[in-house]
Amino acid sequence: MEAGEAKSKKPRGPRLCCICNQRRPVLKRPKTLQQICRECFYEVFEEEIHQVIVKNRLFKSGERVAIGASGGKDSTVLAYVLSELNRRHNYGLDLFLLSIDEGITGYRDDSLETVKRNEVQYGLPLQIVSYKDLYGWTMDEIVKMIGLKNNCTFCGVFRRQALDRGAALLKVDKLVTGHNADDIAETVLLNILRGDIARLSRCTSITTGEDGPIPRCKPFKYTYEKEIVMYAYFKKLDYFSTECIYSPNAYRGFAREFIKDLERLRPRAILDIIKSGEDFRIATTTKMPEQGTCERCGYISSQKWCKACVLLEGLNRGLPKMGIGRPRGNLNGDHKKVTKAGATAKSIESKQCGSLDF
Amino acid sequence: MACNSSGCESGCYDREKENGNNVDGGVNQESVCVKCKCNEPMTFGDGGSDDGRFCTDCFRNNVFGKFRLAVTSHAMITPSDNVLVAFSGGSSSRVALQFVHELQIKALKNYEASRDRSLPVFGVGVAFVDETAAFPTLSKEMIDAIEWIRSTVSSLSPPAKDLHVVPIESVFGSDSLEARDKLVKLLDSVADDTGKEDLLQHLKMLSLQKVASENGYNRLVVGSCTSRIASHVLTATVKGRGYSLSADIQHVDARWKVPIVLPLRDCVRQEITRLCVLDGLKTVELACRSQCGINDLVSSFVAVLQEENPSRECTIVRTAAKLTPFYFNKIPETDDSNVPLATQRRLKRFNLKYDGSMTTEAFCPICNGPLNRSDSSDLDTFEDCHESDVLYAACCSSCRFQILPQDGSSLEQFSSFLPDNMISQVKHQKVDSQAYLREKIKDCLLLDNEDEVV
Repeated sequence: MEAGEAKSKKPRGPRLCCICNQRRPVLKRPKTLQQICRECFYEVFEEEIHQVIVKNRLFKSGERVAIGASGGKDSTVLAYVLSELNRRHNYGLDLFLLSIDEGITGYRDDSLETVKRNEVQYGLPLQIVSYKDLYGWTMDEIVKMIGLKNNCTFCGVFRRQALDRGAALLKVDKLVTGHNADDIAETVLLNILRGDIARLSRCTSITTGEDGPIPRCKPFKYTYEKEIVMYAYFKKLDYFSTECIYSPNAYRGFAREFIKDLERLRPRAILDIIKSGEDFRIATTTKMPEQGTCERCGYISSQKWCKACVLLEGLNRGLPKMGIGRPRGNLNGDHKKVTKAGATAKSIESKQCGSLDF
Repeated sequence: MACNSSGCESGCYDREKENGNNVDGGVNQESVCVKCKCNEPMTFGDGGSDDGRFCTDCFRNNVFGKFRLAVTSHAMITPSDNVLVAFSGGSSSRVALQFVHELQIKALKNYEASRDRSLPVFGVGVAFVDETAAFPTLSKEMIDAIEWIRSTVSSLSPPAKDLHVVPIESVFGSDSLEARDKLVKLLDSVADDTGKEDLLQHLKMLSLQKVASENGYNRLVVGSCTSRIASHVLTATVKGRGYSLSADIQHVDARWKVPIVLPLRDCVRQEITRLCVLDGLKTVELACRSQCGINDLVSSFVAVLQEENPSRECTIVRTAAKLTPFYFNKIPETDDSNVPLATQRRLKRFNLKYDGSMTTEAFCPICNGPLNRSDSSDLDTFEDCHESDVLYAACCSSCRFQILPQDGSSLEQFSSFLPDNMISQVKHQKVDSQAYLREKIKDCLLLDNEDEVV
């Protein structure tokens, strides 16, 4: 509690919110450990996000923006705050909700109900794209075929493409996702632990995929997960908090635990990790794979076929292990050998399947 | 997953190779060293991945080989050098001292055997920083430790090595009582535990630099091993020091008056402790470190990771090594007339690829980390204000947060306790940035000196 000591030396008395000095404080702000009242919390929380949007010029007036909505806390708060800020500061954005239906009974069907309620509550048009429509397979069917190992690979690859396709359906200019500061700090650490210098250099950028079909950005880049939960709690936002049944996050990975420990010791550490990630001296000459299009579906791909098509081909031909693990030789060749590479890194990261925070 | 690195000691590459050979090798392969295939392998029983694979000689040669490769490929030690080994009593610095000693013995043998005796033998000294002033409760252990170090160093001769026991307060001045008082007050004014620990570390480095330059040494050997550096990579990241990180983890760090070299950078802690056991090298650990700060949390995290994957520490250091180093991360070129030209040419200097445009002149006065331009841009706005404001502006964001006191008056006091060479660096830096600006507009200036205008 290093930072806490400094703060606790304040004169005692009838304790008041240390921002407005009028109301009784009801919470200790996770980011700064300031004791503040609810109204001030809403204000600083929203204002910080507004500043991030303005400073990084995330949006231009008149743009159509899709919010990747899972029904989870991050995306629900994002949808709420973004529509609020759009109104308040006249961003002039057309906002949409975009949800992916992976076809997971007992999980996604319930969370989609939440998103549908959000559609009404926030007055944002909702587009649902389902794996079944896009690929002909639901996750339930995939899991039935391949079991509970590697299923997150399918889900992740399919989701990335599904989001882009959904965004194309909505004809939006940008896609925003609910990745928060904790997520990004975790990614920075994982990339150091894995030695992935190329990803390390890009994982802290607030906007990615500007060369791709639809740029994605993360307005919550500097927003703490705890504050998002707090905001949702105090605003009594309607969100869905069950974890994916195929990837129970009961085991939350060393890296995430480590970040939580750090946060307890020094709340600023999360922001510092992101700052480090931004400041690393990485030569900009890193080789990037040449981008082309998939010969089968036309989606962006650096190979002959995109990853989703390779995986799909495997499923349809009854060879579900095709394309999983480290590619050996020609990626688009015939049967791929399964290597253990996919399983090794699992224990240190938390959201293997990105339980729909995309 | 093989890590495909020569520096990695997890042995995973060899293991894969071995798996391939298993068919013809069979069971009897297990009882001989995998390298020389004749001696009996050593078992340490420490749960290491390559336990029971190498014989004593091969294991030793392997570790020493990594040390020697680091020394020769970065021109860390040349015949005319005078090398100071920073010795804490821990296993890494003990091994570093031992290896430097062996190198020196070899050089001495060559010298005596050569006819013209043209190559001098490099000199070796040992420095121990006495931190009693910072940890008064440890004074008894410290006295014992110093006694033990004295006997250890004297047993390492010939050639004889000077031992310098440096009180950490020596950087505050020559009057020991006053210096001690200043140190205690300085440390007391730091609220953050981790900040205090780091500040002490910076002061330790200053004391080592001081003793090195006062006694005519031109290299400072620090025994940081891969494991230590891996922890440093993560602590630096966690403290928001991503920009300066790449300066700290290279083999050579010549931003100091006496360049620092890290010859054990490619050896993991397990190898080092094994070597200590093998060679009967005794060590002493002083319980100076706090158990609750960020540094400690990171070390235990790295330990967990290392347990899960024995090459993790190497991977972390390798990732950080891919970051662009600074211009000072190599031994500066010298025209040393003592060393024959042929030898000079033979010295390999690791050709670092660094981007010339990314050079920095400004360093944080507290931690001596290079400053990111975006952090230090407000330095010039402080022309005629308080010294403490200038100090604040000159520091890196990490030191500002964890070391500097937050309110003005205690900051004033804090800066009055700082050792003179930290303060002088602040002033120096202001001049530097002025000179930098001047350099930029030089072609438009008509006079060489503004004073002439009046």
